Amino acid sequence: MSETTKGRRDLRVEMMRSQLGRVRGLGSAKSGVHHWWGERVTAIALVPLTLWFILSIYRLAGLDQPALAHWAASPVHTVLLICLVLATFHHMQLGLQVVIEDYVHTEATRFTLLLLVKAISVVLALACLVSVLKLAF
Amino acid sequence: MPDIRDALLVTRNTEGKLVQRPLSPFMLGSAYRFQLTSLLSILHRLTGIAVSVGTLLLTWWLVAAATSPEAYATVSAFMRSWFGLLLLFGWSASLFYHLLNGIRHLAWDGGIGFDLPQVHASGWAVVIGTVVLTVLAWAAGIAVL
Repeated sequence: MSETTKGRRDLRVEMMRSQLGRVRGLGSAKSGVHHWWGERVTAIALVPLTLWFILSIYRLAGLDQPALAHWAASPVHTVLLICLVLATFHHMQLGLQVVIEDYVHTEATRFTLLLLVKAISVVLALACLVSVLKLAF
Repeated sequence: MPDIRDALLVTRNTEGKLVQRPLSPFMLGSAYRFQLTSLLSILHRLTGIAVSVGTLLLTWWLVAAATSPEAYATVSAFMRSWFGLLLLFGWSASLFYHLLNGIRHLAWDGGIGFDLPQVHASGWAVVIGTVVLTVLAWAAGIAVL
């Protein structure tokens, strides 16, 4: 097949690869269903965790720091906060990754943005975790 | 053609000429007419990005709480300022939308609600649910505080 669209781009296609080789190169993530599952599992976890956190805000709004620290130091609240932080930031970096892979088509920009999003997610998650643990102990 | 994958984006139009297929999200408006489903789909991503930005406030809030009473008083004052309340309102609406539409997506993953009338019904339920939850949450907030 060799034709030109509006005379500006050569559309010659060389089908010298096997169907298996072609399909292996397809897909923005170049990987299987692990990403998909990670997004779903964290989504399911975030439904009750987010609702718990939203309801907690009513109790926390207006509290000063010592009162908040006392609330966060309860083992149940500490564990739920840690679960919320882990699920939120894992879900967030998986979701933002897909948005970048879908819409940023320049390889260098895409790679840079992906690294940046992953790095920011890890740093924010660690900042939240250390803070929750510091309040707890 | 630099990439073999681009071959899949070439098609013939009704006049038989070779054209390149448009890529998402540049299909809305030009190639596709407006639909509730496509609007809700892109809104899911936009609200996901908004909630991601909102995690900055969650981080600031937790770090300040673990730092000092003064730092915590600063973040509390910011959240009560008009700008802080505006951000919180936007993030709460985004979070409720992403939460409800996320449940809609999980149902689809389970093979539930795929018929077009059901897709439209659940779409409207998400829109109405977002408005109701956001209004309720802020009404409760004003009543409690």
